[in-house]
Amino acid sequence: MKEIIQDIKKRFNCTDEVEQSKTQAYITVQKELAVALITHLKDIKGFTHLVLLTAVDWIENNQFQLTYMLNNPTKKIDLGVRIFIDRETATMDSAHHLWEQMATYQRELKEMFGIDFPGSPRLNEQFILEGWDNIPPYRRDFDTLKYAQETFFPREGRETNDPAEFMKKKMYPDEEK
Amino acid sequence: MSEHNKKDMNEDKFFAEENKKRIVTGPDGVQFEVDPLQDYFCDKRPVAKDPKQKVIEKFLNWARAESLWVLGFGTGCGSIEIPPLLTPRFDAFRYGVQMRPTPRQSSVLIISGYLAVKTLKRAIRSYEQMQNPKYVLALGSCTINGGMYYDSYNTINRLDYYLPVDVYVAGCMPRPEALLAGFNKLKERIKAGRAEGANDYANKFDWYKANQKKIIKDWNMPDYNW
Repeated sequence: MKEIIQDIKKRFNCTDEVEQSKTQAYITVQKELAVALITHLKDIKGFTHLVLLTAVDWIENNQFQLTYMLNNPTKKIDLGVRIFIDRETATMDSAHHLWEQMATYQRELKEMFGIDFPGSPRLNEQFILEGWDNIPPYRRDFDTLKYAQETFFPREGRETNDPAEFMKKKMYPDEEK
Repeated sequence: MSEHNKKDMNEDKFFAEENKKRIVTGPDGVQFEVDPLQDYFCDKRPVAKDPKQKVIEKFLNWARAESLWVLGFGTGCGSIEIPPLLTPRFDAFRYGVQMRPTPRQSSVLIISGYLAVKTLKRAIRSYEQMQNPKYVLALGSCTINGGMYYDSYNTINRLDYYLPVDVYVAGCMPRPEALLAGFNKLKERIKAGRAEGANDYANKFDWYKANQKKIIKDWNMPDYNW
């Protein structure tokens, strides 16, 4: 693991390596070098299995973080490649030519976060949200509670309890707080 | 279907591919044109049916209650409770409950748990394709007030705004015993002549359609199809 990270750090200008455990590490790379790095990892370093592609919305920094989780089945190690992209433009190079299933992940991210992957097949087809006309729901400026209350006819009389407080009151009613 | 409606649907960008006009070759080699909206669907509004004479209706209701055929359509996590219901441990068949593969053959639609907007569209189609008399059994808290998904962007909060519900079974998730109790409650209601969901749906049709269309934004099917 250490040698792989040292090697790709030199080749691809990687920063911020985090070694979570002996078999799992994360590394951050520039947006322009990301697909080159992933291709290198797949073809030469033996990370032949794509575990997942996911996104995190860092609204405070005006950034989206993409994580490509790759797995090396012979060495049994995982490497997460992190890329930070601008939240306003939200565009990333498509990597569907490396793994076919990447297109599905990219289609999901397009629908849920509004991140664009130009050239990815069937990108703009609706996936889960049919006829969605709001901002993408996984963006953190989307208020799901407000949307649900405005859209789905909430029923009156819904009560919410803190489970710890509720059980305490129920089981030890005499005890003071 | 009126000419005006047809024109609107053809311009609709959500218009489903399988509903477009096309040339089909039959098994005998003869080619003919198929217009699915004309040929496959009937879009007449549902009509409420008056009950027959008292004694006959009572007998019919008894017969309906003792033979509940359930559509095999699982919507949420609750659908996992239905297979054990049919196995020897709970054995729903002793109550006359059995599963059917198509909406045309079934009389009960179980909404088993949370219902996404995408699934609601299919559930409405299935419900409308079922023949009268038909009943809806809503399973789990999600169908009552949204349950733990009350603040989700994609699951409905209460089912009775979209489909007429006869019996609710509360719980998250209710066990198969609770579902059996729900079936017995449904039987009581049918025998008492109070399970009139299909007639409610016909009488308040415009209200139901307005609610359904409010959340299903890419409405690409006829208003009522059966």
